[in-house]
Amino acid sequence: MSLLTVEALSKEFGGVHAVQDLSFAVEAGAIHSIIGPNGAGKTTLFNLITGLYAPSSGRVRLDGRDITGLRPDHLAALGMSRTFQNLQIFFNMTAMENVMVGAHLQLDRRFWPSLLRLPGMVRRDRACRDSCAQLLDFVGLSAYAEAEAAAMSYGALKRLEIARALAARPRLLLLDEPAAGLNATESREIDAVIKKVAAQGVTVVLVEHDMKMVMGISDHILALDYGRKLAEGSPAQVRANPDVIAAYLGAHV
Amino acid sequence: MTTKLMNARFGGMAVLSLVLALAPLGFANAYYYDVAVTVLFNAVICVGLNLLIGYGGQISLGHGAFFALGAYGSAIATSRWGFAPLTAMAASAVIVGLAAFVVARPILRLKGHYLAMATLGIGMIVHIVLKTEAHWTGGPDGLSVDPLVVAGITVATDRQWYWLSAAVLMLAVWLALNIVQSPVGRALRAGHGAEIGARVVGIDTTHYKVLMFVVSAVFASVVGSLFAHKNGFITPDIASFHRSIELVTMVVLGGMASIFGSVIGALILTLLPQMLTAFDDYEAMVFGAIMMGTMIFMPKGLLPSLRVAVKKKLGQRS
Repeated sequence: MSLLTVEALSKEFGGVHAVQDLSFAVEAGAIHSIIGPNGAGKTTLFNLITGLYAPSSGRVRLDGRDITGLRPDHLAALGMSRTFQNLQIFFNMTAMENVMVGAHLQLDRRFWPSLLRLPGMVRRDRACRDSCAQLLDFVGLSAYAEAEAAAMSYGALKRLEIARALAARPRLLLLDEPAAGLNATESREIDAVIKKVAAQGVTVVLVEHDMKMVMGISDHILALDYGRKLAEGSPAQVRANPDVIAAYLGAHV
Repeated sequence: MTTKLMNARFGGMAVLSLVLALAPLGFANAYYYDVAVTVLFNAVICVGLNLLIGYGGQISLGHGAFFALGAYGSAIATSRWGFAPLTAMAASAVIVGLAAFVVARPILRLKGHYLAMATLGIGMIVHIVLKTEAHWTGGPDGLSVDPLVVAGITVATDRQWYWLSAAVLMLAVWLALNIVQSPVGRALRAGHGAEIGARVVGIDTTHYKVLMFVVSAVFASVVGSLFAHKNGFITPDIASFHRSIELVTMVVLGGMASIFGSVIGALILTLLPQMLTAFDDYEAMVFGAIMMGTMIFMPKGLLPSLRVAVKKKLGQRS
């Protein structure tokens, strides 16, 4: 069974079809990319999958279970995690705390143990801090652990979001343009991080504009245009598809 | 950072307890104790309110209502039903907590100005009810309250009240620091920092806002009960709009998301009017000017701004 299945999904914003009758499946354990020109509906699709938007029609399934319309925090508990094109960093916290928030569901988050600082809660919190330190190291941010998020560079924040998403121990990780706005070096670092994540068995779905990166690391690519599926297949197949070339370079009718 | 947190925690609490222990050395007479108790009462409410406003990012212009409900709860339960003061205080706190929970769910879906308006409404409703339900509350004439008895000892002198309130403040600060430095506190702050970011990692942000609304209301209620016993007499004006605004001002002036800042905010805004009496007619103007100046030059509030300034100084030296 596919890990994620999207069935005839549509989203309409006041007459504009951001996503239209879209169906595809994501198999477990690979890197899937979603490409398309600006306004193709990629981010809307992510928001539909992760429960931030309710679809106008259609279904989303995780492991065959219908998850359409579930709240984002419920989906996180089911093993879905994501990053954002426009950062959703907690700027009022340190890098370490940002990542620890990602591990929220694994902690003792009952009120009374927190209020009275019971030893069990403190112990788990401390263990969480250690594992989050490893995650910061994993994305190459161990030097920033105690830095305020507000003082970090854009490239570092992009990686911090990945670390936070990983702290939730997802089975399915959705990355929305992780390399957008980064220079070539930073982009290569992100590239390496994504490969390492996938190697650990996390299924990655990637929205990205950086074609070099997409073609290099994807096992499977879905191309969108105007909210519809344009093409689907291996990088080689998608690259050779005339519709994709037309959408990117402008069609000569 | 752990060592730094330890500092905020143990260092901060050590300094606070030292100040509380030594302050009476400078008290010349009972009046000083009386003012100090007012400072401590306000500080406890503000420490709780800062959890909601500073850490949770939710404004409330209605916490005077919860303070008043705690006061009237204690007054009615002790005088009418013969509850022991501490039992009455606990019962009032539970009921205020439940009331806060009931109103928080619908209200905390609102944001910004709209939330401010809604919480303002809570204060007004409570104020009016206390004024008009004269059968229970004595109406505008107020209600007299029996003194506080703890473990058989009647808390009567200003000195006794000082030490009791100091202990309550220490407890309040400890509990608030515990919350801030726990998964609950991080979830709360995350919801403030980036609500969507918090929700996608599994945080039910509304739950934490509601929880802090209840916690801050309970803090205010307990202080309200203490205030009623100390004063011996309460009127509906303790639920006034002015009272709620005063509390928020203390939190903002002291520093949002700063527990010790709230203590300082309560201290300054309680003492300032006493000190400004020398300005006679211009008292309110000077008071306003100080407030405006602080917000213009220290927009983050006193304590956080001072901390940044000290850090800068230290950084230059090294």
